[in-house]
Amino acid sequence: MLADIGYLSLLFAFLAAVYSVFAAWYGNRIGKPAWVESARNATIIIFFLVLLSCTALVISLVQSDFSIEYVWRVSSIEMPTYLKVTALWGGQAGSLLFWNLLLAAFTAAAMARRWGKQRELMPYVIIVGSFTQIFFLFISLFVENPFARLAVVPPDGNGLNPLLRHPGMIIHPPMLYLGFVGFTVPYTFAMAALMANKLDDRWIRATRRWTLVAWLFLSLGLILGGRWAYDVLGWGGYWGWDPVENASLMPWLAGTAFLHSVMIQEKRDMFKMWNMFLIILTYSLVILGTFVVRSGVISSVHSFAQSAIGPLFFGFISIMFLFSVYWVSKRRDALSSKNSIQSFLSREAAFLYNNFLILAILAIVFLFTYYPIFSELFTGERGFVGPPVYERALAPLFALLLLLMGVAPLTMWYRSSLKRIEMGVIWPALGAAIFVVVLFAFGMRSWGALLGFWIVGFSTILTVLEFWKGTRARMKRGENIWTAYTKLLARNRRRYGGYWIHMGVLVMAFGIIGTELFQQETQIRLSTGESVALGNYEMVFQAVDRYAGPDDLMITEAAVDVYYDGNLVRTLTPRSELYTRTMQPMTIPKARSTISEDFYVLLVNWEPLTPDSATFRIYLNPLINWVWAGGFIFILGTLIAAWPDARDKKVTVAEPGRAALGTTG
Amino acid sequence: MRKSCRLWLIVLFILALTTLSLPVFAQDNGVTDDEVNEVAKDIYCPVCESTPLDVCGTQACADWRELIRTKLNEGQSRQEIFEYFARQYGDGVLADPPQRGISLIILWILPVVLLLVGLLFFSRMLARLRKTPETAAAAVASVSRPVDTQVVETAAPPKNSAQDDYLARVEEELGKKK
Repeated sequence: MLADIGYLSLLFAFLAAVYSVFAAWYGNRIGKPAWVESARNATIIIFFLVLLSCTALVISLVQSDFSIEYVWRVSSIEMPTYLKVTALWGGQAGSLLFWNLLLAAFTAAAMARRWGKQRELMPYVIIVGSFTQIFFLFISLFVENPFARLAVVPPDGNGLNPLLRHPGMIIHPPMLYLGFVGFTVPYTFAMAALMANKLDDRWIRATRRWTLVAWLFLSLGLILGGRWAYDVLGWGGYWGWDPVENASLMPWLAGTAFLHSVMIQEKRDMFKMWNMFLIILTYSLVILGTFVVRSGVISSVHSFAQSAIGPLFFGFISIMFLFSVYWVSKRRDALSSKNSIQSFLSREAAFLYNNFLILAILAIVFLFTYYPIFSELFTGERGFVGPPVYERALAPLFALLLLLMGVAPLTMWYRSSLKRIEMGVIWPALGAAIFVVVLFAFGMRSWGALLGFWIVGFSTILTVLEFWKGTRARMKRGENIWTAYTKLLARNRRRYGGYWIHMGVLVMAFGIIGTELFQQETQIRLSTGESVALGNYEMVFQAVDRYAGPDDLMITEAAVDVYYDGNLVRTLTPRSELYTRTMQPMTIPKARSTISEDFYVLLVNWEPLTPDSATFRIYLNPLINWVWAGGFIFILGTLIAAWPDARDKKVTVAEPGRAALGTTG
Repeated sequence: MRKSCRLWLIVLFILALTTLSLPVFAQDNGVTDDEVNEVAKDIYCPVCESTPLDVCGTQACADWRELIRTKLNEGQSRQEIFEYFARQYGDGVLADPPQRGISLIILWILPVVLLLVGLLFFSRMLARLRKTPETAAAAVASVSRPVDTQVVETAAPPKNSAQDDYLARVEEELGKKK
């Protein structure tokens, strides 16, 4: 019954989407706004229909209705209710339905906005937006139906994949999906601007905040994913250059390039074509990422042919890509810009360097991620690219990007004098050099690390100086430091939010250099009472306990005492878990965290035959918590930049004037 | 950090000493887990997806780790063990695939070519600079006048308005310089 409601409402949503495309097109063609209005209402109805469908599935999950195949696959009777709800995105069919819901929500929200001057874009926004929706609804209806029934109702379900029971993994997928789906809004508006031939920067202004919000969620998804890997996967790291990770990193990179380059179009009315290209690229990578994660195409090309969604996704990406290219080439004259860059040292040139570096990183990640496919296609042998190859190729590019991040704010629009930039960088360069000399004096001899820390120090000083310059200028008008600073932020959210994001990146970079270059690890078999030393730490193995956990869980938990400089600081209980029904093992690490390092312990092996000894793997991860702190600052900065403005209307009106006045940086 | 680094170096040194001397005393127990992992972390499990051998929990991987231990014990080098695994299971099990055939093309030549193409593309985006005053003005400032007129003649676009604009700006810049 519930399954029928869910399926039917999905079907009606599909029909409504088809109708909205038709009505928007027809209404626009014959010039009857009523049809377009009706199409717009249809997109809002789609949202409620998909919401109804999702609700039906969630209720079925909570009620453990195992007549539905999906419920049987991802849920079990003993699972706590919150996990039953989050099982909505715990499997293929459900997560596609959830994806549909988020897409419908974004589209409906974009439709419900005040259109004002952008009304001419509306029919096209509806056509492109609903077309994407049609594709995903089609997949949910006819290929990955979450409401498919089982002929015989099993007594209990399989339960949720244990890897997905961690809180990090419960929040992580929706964040990524929100990020992915969010980027369809700017893409939709870009396409609409092309089709309507309204190629000024209205589409960019209309979607500026959407882009930032999408980017915020994607960043959150990436950071949470890293944290989850660190807390649950038990390999001492947070990023493994896994194809699935890269699939979400790539749209993030393209989106980052887009966020930077749109500023050139807003200020200088240039690079219209380029921005179109970037948003099309971002959208294509979003769809490609969704598809790659689901089809298993990277692990083997053959799974592509076997899975039903593989060819469909491939076809959809091709259609959208050709469609985009067609419109861009049709409007290429309107997209060409009359202005040009006047100096290698201008702000617009700096954004261009940023784009070059980010796209270079993107191209390399793309080649390396899809290398297994090329390799299998051309040689028949499965290929693989591991982290060392990525790190070797990308480290110099990331270093240059960090350097640019510090210097670029010194440039000005149109042109800046070399002398002014030289004056600006000389003291920060020296300051960072002093920092590096101190590190050297304390015994650091890794040249890579010293160079890395110099760059981070240099760009950090420059970024802090940007804040200081702005704040001091306001203080001269008699404001105290705190008012001056907060007003500065409030008056120019995007710029100073952006600098906070840069600070976050720099703090993360500091942590990443520390962990990547100075991680220590050891693995050892200990008997009770024995100890092992690593760095300034000593760990004493106390005992092991095995007991049954909730559900089908079997937990083996070790207790170890951690001494730092001879003082007992913490008792840690690393554990290995076994989900007996599926026989899936999990290794849950435990760590003693400080600002300078994590002492991270894994219980690798313990056998009941020799209860008095166990094998441990220990990592000393220096500066790892800076990575998380940097991530936090990063998100905070994005929030500052994207926070809805009460004075939204005023801002758009006042902007040109302020742009002329804004002389800082 | 310095302290821990030094301590670690000492630990490594002692480890190195013991392992160098151990084969003489004990043939089967001389290889530590750390040494095995040092090799295993750059080999990827041939069966599980993108999991390095040193953290993989399956029995197959445990067996492979033992194989590495045996080979280390026989005195084989890291490189020799990599080659053995590549022969047995294909280059796809190595974190850093050997530079031959397709991997050489896609992982080395293609990125370099792409970088160069990208550089060319972006420098062309910037190359419109030549049409604009600042570089011309810089040329004027650094070189002599006839060269500048030459630059104007050869590099200025045929478009009338653009050229006028350009000349006007050059004049303006020159005026400033004087």
